[in-house]
Amino acid sequence: MKWLLRAAVAAAIVGALWGLSYVLHEHVIEYVVRIAMLCGMNIILAVGLNLINGTTGQFSIGHAGFMAVGAYTTAYVCTQLAPEVAGVLGTGFLPDAVVFNVGLIAGAALAAATGVVVGVPSLRLKGDYLAIVTLGFGEIIRLLLTNAEFLGGATGFSGDNPTGLSPYTNVFWVFLWVVIVIVVIRNVTFSQTGRSLEAISEDEIAAEAMGTPTTRLKVVAFTLSAAAAGIAGGLFAHLQGSVRPDDFKFDRSIDMIVMIIVGGLGSITGAVIGGIFVGVTLELMRDLSEYRLVLYSLLLVIIMLVRPQGVLGKRELSFSRLFPKKAAKPARAAGDEKP
Amino acid sequence: MTELVQQLINGLSLGSIYALIALGYTMVYGVLKLINFAHSEVFMMGSYFGFFTAVGLGIEHYESIGQTFPLYYAFVVLIAAMAGAALLGVTIELLAYRPLRNAPRLAPLITAIGVSLFLQNLATLIFTPNPRRYPAIIREVRYELGGVVVTNIKIAILVVAIALMAGLHLLVQKTWTGKAMRALSVNLDAARLMGVNTNRVISSTFAIGSALAAAGGILFGLDQLTIKPTMGVLTGLKAFVAAVLGGIGNIPGAAVGGLLIGVAEQLTAGYLSPDYRDAITFVILIGILLFKPEGLLGVVRPEKV
Amino acid sequence: MRRKTVVVAAAIVSLVASLAFTFGCKNGGGSQNGPGGSGGGNQTGEIVIGHYASMTGDTAHFGQDTDKAVRLAVEEVNAQGGIKGRRVKLVTLDTRGDATEAANAVTRLIDVEHVSAIIGEVASTLSLAGGRVAQRRGIPMVSPSSTNPAVTAIGNNVFRVCFIDPFQGTVMAKFARENLRLTKVAIIKDVRSDYSIGLAENFRRAFTQRGGQVVAEQSYSAGDTDFSAQLTAIRDSGAEAIFVPGYYGEVGAIAVTKQRLGINVPLLGGDGWDAPDLFRIGGAALEGSFYSNHFAPDAASDRARRFISAFQRRFGSEPTGLGALGYDAAMVLFEAMRRAQSVTPATIREGLTATRNFEGVTGRITINAQRDADKSAVVLRIRGGRAVYETTVQP
Repeated sequence: MKWLLRAAVAAAIVGALWGLSYVLHEHVIEYVVRIAMLCGMNIILAVGLNLINGTTGQFSIGHAGFMAVGAYTTAYVCTQLAPEVAGVLGTGFLPDAVVFNVGLIAGAALAAATGVVVGVPSLRLKGDYLAIVTLGFGEIIRLLLTNAEFLGGATGFSGDNPTGLSPYTNVFWVFLWVVIVIVVIRNVTFSQTGRSLEAISEDEIAAEAMGTPTTRLKVVAFTLSAAAAGIAGGLFAHLQGSVRPDDFKFDRSIDMIVMIIVGGLGSITGAVIGGIFVGVTLELMRDLSEYRLVLYSLLLVIIMLVRPQGVLGKRELSFSRLFPKKAAKPARAAGDEKP
Repeated sequence: MTELVQQLINGLSLGSIYALIALGYTMVYGVLKLINFAHSEVFMMGSYFGFFTAVGLGIEHYESIGQTFPLYYAFVVLIAAMAGAALLGVTIELLAYRPLRNAPRLAPLITAIGVSLFLQNLATLIFTPNPRRYPAIIREVRYELGGVVVTNIKIAILVVAIALMAGLHLLVQKTWTGKAMRALSVNLDAARLMGVNTNRVISSTFAIGSALAAAGGILFGLDQLTIKPTMGVLTGLKAFVAAVLGGIGNIPGAAVGGLLIGVAEQLTAGYLSPDYRDAITFVILIGILLFKPEGLLGVVRPEKV
Repeated sequence: MRRKTVVVAAAIVSLVASLAFTFGCKNGGGSQNGPGGSGGGNQTGEIVIGHYASMTGDTAHFGQDTDKAVRLAVEEVNAQGGIKGRRVKLVTLDTRGDATEAANAVTRLIDVEHVSAIIGEVASTLSLAGGRVAQRRGIPMVSPSSTNPAVTAIGNNVFRVCFIDPFQGTVMAKFARENLRLTKVAIIKDVRSDYSIGLAENFRRAFTQRGGQVVAEQSYSAGDTDFSAQLTAIRDSGAEAIFVPGYYGEVGAIAVTKQRLGINVPLLGGDGWDAPDLFRIGGAALEGSFYSNHFAPDAASDRARRFISAFQRRFGSEPTGLGALGYDAAMVLFEAMRRAQSVTPATIREGLTATRNFEGVTGRITINAQRDADKSAVVLRIRGGRAVYETTVQP
């Protein structure tokens, strides 16, 4: 009975997203749709990064590296491997949607694997080491890609078609993945694992003393968050039409950190708000021309001075909070302020 | 062999510039546990302050008539830039970090990023984005010893850097302010309870770190010839890595880390491939962190519950 | 638990939908030019053209130099009464030197500003990002200075007014081999710039084909400021000249470092050198070096001289090569609009395709079947702190 309900909910979500996608692509100018899709990718990045930076309290400042791994993998799978598979199965056998999602999942998997490789040695240590290792890692990935001839080097990778990678990315896929990532991360956050992650963020040594397998859990959180960045990278590649090493500079990692801290570190809804903030603000400031970055940076400083805990703090926006009469037991909302 | 010596000399002069910048990162981290992302832009602004002081002193006139810029003017340039940068550093701390002293630990990180972006774009607006040739505040003289070319500029860079670092060492070890800084880096709250005016000590930390970065900025301009508003980004990142490499919070460590990175970078560029000159910095970083996480000269402090 | 998930999803869906609808319904909404959809083909009022360029960021000087010249061109054409009696309006959007923003900017120019044609970018990777959008939306785009062959290969809407990398690399190789009679040359290229990589590759091919030898090949990354390692390595290679297909900031520093290391061979380069700041940075160390360019200011045509003096009057500084190309891009575009029956993207595209022997600042421009400009290159020699005309190389 329960699974039937779940399936119905899932079907409803997919249907709603399909409808949304249809309406946006048919009736709204591409510029706005494009920004909306970029916001969706930001949400995936921010919600994923929040799991490790916010919930677990381990600081990663090189997540652009995982995004790059995902982006290049997806692009490579869709342009180089898919045609070969299609050659065996016969053309038309593989719908674009299948190719694209296999590419995205491959990107996420490789990003996650990279996450394990980076995470296992550095997460054994306590303190800010993860930050510094991920910083180094992000730069190394970018420099390796710059020197990888078979991936286009500095010019970037766009397949063999002069018009670039196929524009598979649309509102439906972006927001379907937004929903998947949010649901997965939310379920982890509010599970027993999530509690342990939070314990690590509160006091790692105490958590360890209580028998929490801290290193293993940190690696799990880090890997999930790398996988989310990989998905966002794959979606980005097929929206942009090409991927370049310079798309994944340190600035991009910084953008992600801005998203989660402005929204409120440790809050999933905060990460969503932060993702949209970063995606929209610079575009809304276009009329300011060369002054927009000066004003954007001032805005960041002012937001933090006025609200150091971010827009939402650690709180979540949820149904039960918006309509307290329903009195659905808040899973966590009440525990937001530290005693 | 001559090539090796040449690369080493170039690496040391580059490394001493990294070291000067790294000191600012490490001092601020030691006291506030904050990665001061705005520091790279203080370095850039310091370099521009030096540029404009030299122009104000009429360096273009000296250059056009082919005369040497007086040496005491060169010192004026250095002092003015260091003073300007110190003021800038203190102002940044006062406006962007101090109000957040009791905020969540990561909040000042965002204001640091914000200030960094702000200064970079402000510099682009005011100074124009064009790279500028740095004025020759020291007339270049070349010495050739068995195929190795050394210029007086490289020597001056090393001398100034070593003098400043020695001065810093004395300041930190021998003066009251230095002692207070060390106390803050051990435990800020305890230091406050012992009657240390923490805000004043933090301000001096920013002032000193920023002044050193400005000196680095001038030496950078002399060594690398051109400056531009985005010059701080990569140089700052490498200097930060140098600070981590030496053991973040550890002052001699930052100096050692800077020199090491400069030399490693130069040797990689010369013998392996310049494509990997930036990568080597980060490879060393990761290597060190895996085997000696506290950094080269860092000390393990046991964590307690 | 379930309900919350649904709510989160529904909240996102409705947020996106409402935001999207508020800001940009097709046919109307944010449009000031009335109905016209994404075509920008309205036949009255101002003609809107867009320019996307890096006005901020690491390469802000490229964008700003180009934008000044484009603005000058627009002001001149308006002073002459516009095109078909209609004023030309220029909308410039910043790309920050970022490919994502370049695509955003072009999409916005088309959807929100309703431009009839687009000018941009300098960097080839950004022109590729923007050009793909322009091609898909059917709006003609003229790149002033992207020299990578892949840019115009995108499709029939993407044009350029500069020559391409293979040609420029060949020009310098031919000149080094045939005019300077060199046999051994070293190369230092910028590995983060496809422009530099392309030039280096084509130079190497053409030079070795003509019996020369590339004795050392070194590289750097844009933004690097220290070149002593590369030059130290080249010092003992026996090279008679060093080909440096980079931009002037790095080239000037390379020249000075070369002098400091006591290497007394000339540098050779491409149009990325062309900026007044080159001499300010490189100074005497550049004497005797050569570079290929779009035009020679001292042997300039009347047209070019008029442009230079107009630019100086308007902005108080000398135009760079990028500026000259930006000006030509705008002028070629205006010429195509004049030729067209009506000003629509389709007719502008036809007009651009039909460009033959257009007298531009940077030489005579003919758009060929690949939508690239067929034009000759000049080689300049640096003498007495300025670039003087040496020779012309035909394609």
